[in-house]
Amino acid sequence: MYDKPRFLLAGDRGLLVEFGAAIDPEINRKVRQIFLALENSPIDGVGEVIPTYRSILISYDPMQTDPSTLTREILDREKRLDELEIPPPETTEIPVSYGGEFGPDLEFVARHNKLTPQQVIEIHTSGTYLIYMIGFTPGFPFLGGLSGRLFTPRRENPRQLVPAGSVGIANNQTGIYSIDSPGGWQLIGKTPIKIYNPKGTPPMLLKAGNFLKFKGISREAFDEIAARNRDGNL
Amino acid sequence: MRSQQETEMEIFEVLQPGAYTTIQDRGRFGYQQYGVPVCGRVDPFAYEVANALVGNFEGHAVLEATVLGPTLKVTGRGLMAVTGGDLTPLLNNMPLPMWESVSIQPGDMIQFKGLKSGCRAYVAVAGGIDVPVVMGSRSTYVAGMIGGVDGRPLAAGDRLMKGKGAGKAGVRVPSDLVPAYPKELEIRVILGPQDDYFHEGIERFLSTTFRVSPKADRMGCRLEGDPIKHREGVEKSIISEPSVPGGIQVPADGQPIILLVEQTVGGYTKIATVISSDIGKVGQAKTGDRIRFRQVALEEAHRILKMEEEKIQTITRSIAP
Repeated sequence: MYDKPRFLLAGDRGLLVEFGAAIDPEINRKVRQIFLALENSPIDGVGEVIPTYRSILISYDPMQTDPSTLTREILDREKRLDELEIPPPETTEIPVSYGGEFGPDLEFVARHNKLTPQQVIEIHTSGTYLIYMIGFTPGFPFLGGLSGRLFTPRRENPRQLVPAGSVGIANNQTGIYSIDSPGGWQLIGKTPIKIYNPKGTPPMLLKAGNFLKFKGISREAFDEIAARNRDGNL
Repeated sequence: MRSQQETEMEIFEVLQPGAYTTIQDRGRFGYQQYGVPVCGRVDPFAYEVANALVGNFEGHAVLEATVLGPTLKVTGRGLMAVTGGDLTPLLNNMPLPMWESVSIQPGDMIQFKGLKSGCRAYVAVAGGIDVPVVMGSRSTYVAGMIGGVDGRPLAAGDRLMKGKGAGKAGVRVPSDLVPAYPKELEIRVILGPQDDYFHEGIERFLSTTFRVSPKADRMGCRLEGDPIKHREGVEKSIISEPSVPGGIQVPADGQPIILLVEQTVGGYTKIATVISSDIGKVGQAKTGDRIRFRQVALEEAHRILKMEEEKIQTITRSIAP
């Protein structure tokens, strides 16, 4: 973590605020705090704010404010973080049906790590994962906290179509596909929960800075939840 | 030049969709933290003027046609205007004047005969193209499968509705305010956010004439030229961070990519960022066009932006009823 945040210009309507130089839970906690501080006490002229691993982008209207004002306002909020009421991070539980047609690579991940499929599931569901940021596709969470016992390289041949909800592993990362898309992650299971539902309120289930846990469910439970959620909200 | 009171109704049947025609408005705001990019029109000037010409002032949705325009059969009475790149629009096989509002009647046929200048044309109709609003916008985001018609580019057989609107035919933009969309562009940039990853690379970047590669879309415009080298010993990628439209990524191969409107985060170093007033020019650059970059200070960029907004307002005021 830097002693003081770095302020970098991202064009004429963006200011990038960097809090450190690593993927690190403490740095990301600072990102979340400043993000929420800006949500609770917004700065005039600021539009969207995007939190990521170790930095925040502040989009601003140059007709209303400028980077030196923004810098002052952000440092001021950083100083007063203790006074601001920042809620503790939430943990969302994601039910996953592991293996079978939903997790065609579960056996491979197990063999690669000299484990049984059951052990893979136990290790994957015992972790608590930090949602460092959302991106790549709408609602896709970049998670930290995968156990080193499950690290597995990407597939040599990416699939043409990975269905939304698929849960996978790629090297030291685990994640959930938010939309149907091509992909090379090793698929170990699938959740019936829609983490991205454009018609839902809210359309996204997950938020950067919060936590996520996976919970193993049966195929029957998957079908039941999927039927219940077919057109509805999250 | 009589005023036309328009009502909601079907306006176009798409006979041929063209190369890549989507419905766009000013963009989708508030969801970038969830990985949903702003999208919206790539050329803000052409978009705002097209709408103003037909009496739309509220960020109405338009068609954004790319390189090869669509063939549209007019199915309702209305008012339209085409601006942006010259894709040679025709109305019933006669040249359709651009940067001007034109009355259309059921049975009229709109076609585009080929690219003369620029890359993207904007087709506005009085009342706006009406499709469902998804997360606050009608803009099509194909990768996210939302907005526009079922989250995809137009397809043959689509029938497009328009909203209520009113405007006058024969309203024109003064010719000195119509952009030329030249094949050689000077694009103004602010250095950073990762200019400290480059040394001589910055000189190379500012002195090279780059060529627009065929790999250019709404996400980014890839350039080809003398490779830009990173400083010795630095990583060529960074921890993924937010992207802004206009960010100029330099991957390990040294060939820059100018980001447009469909990316929220990325892990490539960004040597500079195109000023917001020039992003529309990048959006009108096509394969083979040449781009040079010129560095400006932040204050100058803000002055240019103010002038640009005043220009749009001048046109809008001169057209407004």
